[in-house]
Amino acid sequence: MSDIATNPGAMPVARARRTAGAFGDTLFEWLCKGAGLIVLLTLGGIILTLFVAGLPAFQHFGLGFIFSTNWDPVEGREEFGAFISIFGTVVSSVLAIIFAVPVAFGIAYFLTELAPMWLRRPVGTAIELLAAIPSIIFGMWGLFVLVPFVQMNIQLAFGEYLAAIPLVGFLFESNSFAGTSLFSAALVLAIMILPFIAATMRDVFEQVPPVYKESAYGLGATRWEVVRGVVIPYTRTSVVGGIMLGLGRALGETMAVTFVIGNANRMPQSIFDPSTTIASVIAMEFPESLAGSLQQSALFAIGFLLFFISFVVLATSRWLLRSRLKG
Amino acid sequence: MSVTTLQQFAARDAGAARALGRRRSLIDRLVTALCLLATVVGLFFLASILATLLWRGLGALDWTVLSNEFRPTTYGDDTLQKGGLLHAIIGSLIHVGLATLIGTPVGLLVGTYLAEYARNSAFGNAVRFVSDILLSAPSILIGLFIYQLVVLPMGGFSGFAGVLALAIIVVPVVVRTTEDMLQLIPNTLREAVIALGAPKWRMIVLVCYKAALSGIVTGVLLAVARIAGETAPLLLTSFGNNVISTDLGSAMASLPIAIYQQANSGFPDLIAIAWAGALLVTLGVLAINIVARLLLRRKS
Repeated sequence: MSDIATNPGAMPVARARRTAGAFGDTLFEWLCKGAGLIVLLTLGGIILTLFVAGLPAFQHFGLGFIFSTNWDPVEGREEFGAFISIFGTVVSSVLAIIFAVPVAFGIAYFLTELAPMWLRRPVGTAIELLAAIPSIIFGMWGLFVLVPFVQMNIQLAFGEYLAAIPLVGFLFESNSFAGTSLFSAALVLAIMILPFIAATMRDVFEQVPPVYKESAYGLGATRWEVVRGVVIPYTRTSVVGGIMLGLGRALGETMAVTFVIGNANRMPQSIFDPSTTIASVIAMEFPESLAGSLQQSALFAIGFLLFFISFVVLATSRWLLRSRLKG
Repeated sequence: MSVTTLQQFAARDAGAARALGRRRSLIDRLVTALCLLATVVGLFFLASILATLLWRGLGALDWTVLSNEFRPTTYGDDTLQKGGLLHAIIGSLIHVGLATLIGTPVGLLVGTYLAEYARNSAFGNAVRFVSDILLSAPSILIGLFIYQLVVLPMGGFSGFAGVLALAIIVVPVVVRTTEDMLQLIPNTLREAVIALGAPKWRMIVLVCYKAALSGIVTGVLLAVARIAGETAPLLLTSFGNNVISTDLGSAMASLPIAIYQQANSGFPDLIAIAWAGALLVTLGVLAINIVARLLLRRKS
């Protein structure tokens, strides 16, 4: 009872329709593939652009560019080195990780083991909403709320008590009383990356097979012993991956840091000294730099270095989280 | 004698066991308390930010802020006309709208490619990897890229450059959610459609997209929320403007940039306007996020 039987003329029509379908298929697949190619080209373009535009600075200063602590954009005595901004970027991000990881672990532990079911979703959502707040809001809040608090309540106390510790005490000395400092920047960064790390930890903690935990409970282990002995060893790789993801975010954060770090292009002596990061230097100086100048090239060059650092961190994070991506 | 020793041992062991048990449960309770504290600290920061925004933003938010362009500080002189954020609101709507319009189709197609055509091909894995890197890459570097690509050749900052920079940020967000949502569709559905004789592209467009619609919309909403507050790349591309401008070929205002400039101006009246803008942006972003979540929850 097919069309062909009753009407032989339908045959060519059907074939024509099928070829139209095949043509549509090829077209659509290439459209999708082309879009994928755009994504690849975008990243390639970013790397190439940063490198090419930064090349004059790399050539002018050589390898010393990375290790030089000079940064002087004044015309006539221009001198650019990346070390201070690299140092500020890495130190503020690592401090942020140190602040954020214990709190994030606490939140993940609370959300997966302690909280009653009805509380898990609202608290989890609230923590995730913290990640949705734009970085410029963190910057303003940091400048007008957190910085005065650090200045009055943390910096003075630390300066008084911790600065007396031999050998490492100088790290806590207060040489600047503006309140904008490496410490403030790290604190704001810690709050910003907290939800990312906490969410990753919660997700991987939830993936631990209940049987493992139940057998530990059956042996009489306490809740904390189950987490320390079963959950953490089982999820270690992914937890480190989540922390690296937070680190990657912190390294490239611009606006929040620019508000609270003080933007000082000199080597900080203590964590309460103002400093700067690569992203802040670019945000502060780029809009005022002249096209084609050595300064602009130096800004592209440190941008390239920032890309390199965060690429390594993000790629590592993704590699560590690969099992979770597959699952 | 031997009996007493045994009894002593038994007594000592029970005592030791009790002490150990006490210590273990004490540690457990201590960790529980610390974790509760950590959660409270996390929620406290969210509450503190929202309270600061509401307190300072609501105080400054009035009709003048919504209906005026930028004006210089009044130095507390009430006879002078106060400024507002209308230019920035219009600029932000243009930026976000156009960037979403450009970025969404690209992200949708890439997500489709990854889920429907290249689940395990080398090219597909490369695209997936690069898209994930772009998702977390420092946004200011995207600004530098567009500066070199668009701003320099065009001879100046432009709204078009800003739109393009934001569109690059939209793409990986849409890719991630689209791929995830398409992968949730059971293969039996695909097989049923193919068995009816439909070409693959019609299966994807008419059936898969429809099945994954709420998830895809969620991705687009999340992307909108992400770029609405994005500041750093705009600093190097559309730069900001103090008057209402809808010309994509010249510098264009946006809320985040206006907030940044007025918050750092040092004048109390301008800082108040910045708080009003911050409140608008945050409420908008949080509202979009909550809608996106509700949409996804109703689906699942």
